Amino acid sequence: MTEILSGLLLGAGFGFVLERAGFGNPNKLTGQFRLTDWSVFKVMFTAIVFAAVGLMVLEQFGFVDAGNLFVPPAFLGAAALGGALVGAGFAIGGYCPGTSVVGLMSGRIDAAIFLLGLLLGTVLFSSIYPSIEFLTTLGEYAKADALPDAFNISSLSIDIGMVIAAVGVFVLGSWMESKSKGPVSSQV
Amino acid sequence: MSNAKKILSQKQYLNPLLAGLLLGLVLLMTFVITGHGLGATGFTTRLAAWIGMYVAPAATNANDYLGGMVEEGKPLNAWITWQVLGVAIGALLSAFLAKRIHIQLDGKKFLGGSMRPMTALFGGILAGFGARVAAGCTSGLGLSGAAVLSLAGFTFLGTFFAVGLLASRFLKEEK
Repeated sequence: MTEILSGLLLGAGFGFVLERAGFGNPNKLTGQFRLTDWSVFKVMFTAIVFAAVGLMVLEQFGFVDAGNLFVPPAFLGAAALGGALVGAGFAIGGYCPGTSVVGLMSGRIDAAIFLLGLLLGTVLFSSIYPSIEFLTTLGEYAKADALPDAFNISSLSIDIGMVIAAVGVFVLGSWMESKSKGPVSSQV
Repeated sequence: MSNAKKILSQKQYLNPLLAGLLLGLVLLMTFVITGHGLGATGFTTRLAAWIGMYVAPAATNANDYLGGMVEEGKPLNAWITWQVLGVAIGALLSAFLAKRIHIQLDGKKFLGGSMRPMTALFGGILAGFGARVAAGCTSGLGLSGAAVLSLAGFTFLGTFFAVGLLASRFLKEEK
């Protein structure tokens, strides 16, 4: 029961914020790749930095046990190949998997078609899985799964670096927005 | 109260810094409460298995990838199902309050013109396939994976943006 409730509530927060940010709108989402609307970078970087710093602080105070957090395994070849395919799918289809749900809920038929494509892609993958299984464990980095262990740097240094990078994204993005058509608004 | 109502029915999209902070807060709370981050394709994979259970039960059961999920007959019985259902509810509520629900085929201008249904379908297939190769999507591996400083998360984001930039060069804007 608590599992159902936490899923529904956290998911609702996720969906609400994505829609508020304009991430159900494929014109806005793909504006990032045309470099005319930097909202995707700005929102993602801010969220990643906030959560990363938040986790570090909560670990310091003992509210979170780092050992209990899920860290995806370092199959870096698989992550790179999958990232490339999802990136191409985003640029061509106008959504990523999560934002297509948001697009559908705001009445977008193209988002429903994208979701259908997601299911077809999954079925295609599953149907040839035995011959491509090796792709999912491609390029394993055996030494570490996370940046601090891999480069022997503290989480604090990495977090500071990420904050600086995020500020850079806002400065660069806002400058490039001012040089182009700028962010896509909700009144199209 | 009227102030809160005003904010909730705000028609303009939220400032990206504020949206990012709120998204970060939801993500942080998800890690604290569940030990993992937010996702999406964990659900669509289970949904594919669930549909397969009815449409092609023998083939789904025998499938090396989906078979394990239908073994107990309840492939949708997972936290991620409730989370994605929550995403749908939250997005619907937000769009409704901002009066942003319009039945339309969107994205024609930048994504293929009259070929828009095809770009949506093809993009979905690529993303669905890619998310299975990486065992995660933009939310599950990119956003959540980067928040725990994982190498896989940053690697995913790197190629995601590089190839996205490249691929979007091939799409012409309709005048």
